[in-house]
Amino acid sequence: MKKTIVAVAIAAVLPWSAASRADTDIDALRAEFDQKFKVLQADYAARLKALENRLETAEIKADHAQQEAAANTGPAPAAANAFNPELSLILQGAYLDRAGGERPITGFIPAGGHADEGRGFTLNETELVLASNIDPYSRGLLILAVADEEVEVEEAWFQTLRLGQGFTVKGGRFLSGIGYQNEKHPHFWDFADNNLMYSALFGGGLKQDGLQLRWLAPTELFLELGAEVAKGQFFPGSDGGADKNGAAAWAAFAHVGGDVGVSHAWRAGASYLRASPREREAFLDDRNDFEALTNFSGASKTWLADFVWKWSPNGNPRQRNFIFAAEYFDREEDGDLLCEDGTAAGGACTGLLDRYASAQSGGYAQAVYQFMPRWRIGTRYDRLNSGSVDLGANQAFFDVTDFDPSRWSLMTDYSPSEFSRFRLQFARDKSFQDDPDNQIILQYILSIGPHAAHKF
Amino acid sequence: MKSLIAFILAASVLAAPAARAALDVLACEPEWMALTQELAGDLAEVSAATTALQDPHRIQARPSLLAKARRADLLVCTGAELESGWLPLLHREAGNGNIQPGRPGYFEAARFVRLIDRPAALDRAMGDIHAAGNPHLHLDPRNIARVADGLTKRLGELDPANAARYAERNADFQSRWSAAIARWEQQATGLRGVPVVAHHKNLGYLADWLGLQVVGELEPKPGMEPTASHLAELLETLRATPARMVLRAAYESPKASEWLASRANIPAVELPYTVGGSAGAGDLFGLFDDTLNRLKPAAP
Repeated sequence: MKKTIVAVAIAAVLPWSAASRADTDIDALRAEFDQKFKVLQADYAARLKALENRLETAEIKADHAQQEAAANTGPAPAAANAFNPELSLILQGAYLDRAGGERPITGFIPAGGHADEGRGFTLNETELVLASNIDPYSRGLLILAVADEEVEVEEAWFQTLRLGQGFTVKGGRFLSGIGYQNEKHPHFWDFADNNLMYSALFGGGLKQDGLQLRWLAPTELFLELGAEVAKGQFFPGSDGGADKNGAAAWAAFAHVGGDVGVSHAWRAGASYLRASPREREAFLDDRNDFEALTNFSGASKTWLADFVWKWSPNGNPRQRNFIFAAEYFDREEDGDLLCEDGTAAGGACTGLLDRYASAQSGGYAQAVYQFMPRWRIGTRYDRLNSGSVDLGANQAFFDVTDFDPSRWSLMTDYSPSEFSRFRLQFARDKSFQDDPDNQIILQYILSIGPHAAHKF
Repeated sequence: MKSLIAFILAASVLAAPAARAALDVLACEPEWMALTQELAGDLAEVSAATTALQDPHRIQARPSLLAKARRADLLVCTGAELESGWLPLLHREAGNGNIQPGRPGYFEAARFVRLIDRPAALDRAMGDIHAAGNPHLHLDPRNIARVADGLTKRLGELDPANAARYAERNADFQSRWSAAIARWEQQATGLRGVPVVAHHKNLGYLADWLGLQVVGELEPKPGMEPTASHLAELLETLRATPARMVLRAAYESPKASEWLASRANIPAVELPYTVGGSAGAGDLFGLFDDTLNRLKPAAP
């Protein structure tokens, strides 16, 4: 409306001006008028647009409100359902071609766990994961590993969300924060089996029943410190040691990390674990090739160092990426070992209780390269150093070995989607003295449920 | 003169703490970093968790991101499950109570926008679909305007002392933005109804806004890598209903789109997708200027 009035007014004024001024003036005026008119027009268009947008925003708000209202008026069971935890299921299985029988890592006290998975077609543990925020202050998670006739609680913990100042507390049963591989569940491993280091140290991953405190520093560089106190019933601890008030295991770790440019990211860490096993049972092959039952009581101290380097072009791992990881450990155990009297059954031990001290080390290095979408190849080298083992008077019943277990593994995996992976792995396993083995594993890992957000 | 220098020195020393950015903002994607910078200027120190060359679905919660999330007063993210592969870890592992979902320190752009492609049924057989709808909402500039209003309010809540300045900056941004939208719509009139092929479902909002007609996608299902058989099928479809361009985002591999484009005899065009995705997409205005420039040849 205003526009027309202005236009009419200007049009009315124009003839007089034309009479008194030269044609050039008129042209200039016209140009000026046109320009102003255009500015005015643009201004109005913009305002109109803004109004339209605001109107639509209001509509969207109303829309959201309506949807929320609709959700609220839904049938009661559905509304209760909405609070169901995130539920996911990991299906894992494999075909293994390898030597049969028990093949403990020579020179190391067997840590138990899942070292012996049989051969042929095998169904690995099926994992059931339930997780949810409990309230605004904490989150809970349960992971059950289901196998024949057993259900194992892999993890069951709560974690604080709002302590602030960089602090997080986790309580319950959780995978210890020591090392790098330890917190990874089998479905997220880069190889079909665990590395020898973790098999020797913990028989898999170290679970802790206890409390964990983590603190993240408010710095540009990633710096995380953590400490754990735990019951300590899992190897290298034992049920005997855990049967007490207080904690029979504690751990501390520090991680640093950052980026180098946009394409590289790294993390390095150092960890320490102390456990106090009492009467920790283990079977050791004695001089007569008899499985002697031993009992260890004492202190177990482990140092771990870990390093991870990841690369992807421009930091976009979707097409190609590369991961290098290496870890090293040094474990010292000091205490007394009882080798039970096995003479009646043909064993060598006579039931002596004497000093036991060991200092052992080892590690692994692995590299995995995704060379095109869906496809990855990887290689891993494991090596353990059986170090020095002092059995005191019991030394007479055991053969001394300076065998260093080692293994080369090669794998390739194919992932049709984020939720499925098929893997072929070859390994030259020299972890069992005098009987090297060539192993072939064909494995599948499938996950059902929400996106898993995996740690670095 | 000396006293003046002394005064300036004293003032600068005193002003130094005040000059320190009030808010530490971590944006999940570059578009929200750019928007926060428009609205907050030097009132906030803003960084982005991802770049335009990274697929926002597939980012890892790297140590550096955790360190950033630890210090952030505000996370500005898209939401609608776009970041579900990595953002939950930032929430859980950074030890920062202020940025938890439901708290003022966590802002989700998707809450202010009407999402398209909301799936009628949820089944992974349909690919990596998002239950809440298509999260790539920033490529409709009208959505940016809506998110800007919401973000301005949030910035004001977190930093009440400067609320008026955020509102002022937003008013200024909105007027420049709506003028720009009018200009872009003017430029893009020729694109209405133009058939195109897209790499992923991440150009849906752009297509809706400009009236582009997406006749096919390179990914057989959302989030799944293009396969030879799917591309061959798509090529067959294009013989019957030709498209003018094969579009992809800067972070997507050019292989599939170039394969299809060369066989269908149409250009493969890389769009910046977000701020920083091309030399021209230096800010939000540049993002759309450059996008429209690249689309222009498709107009008949």
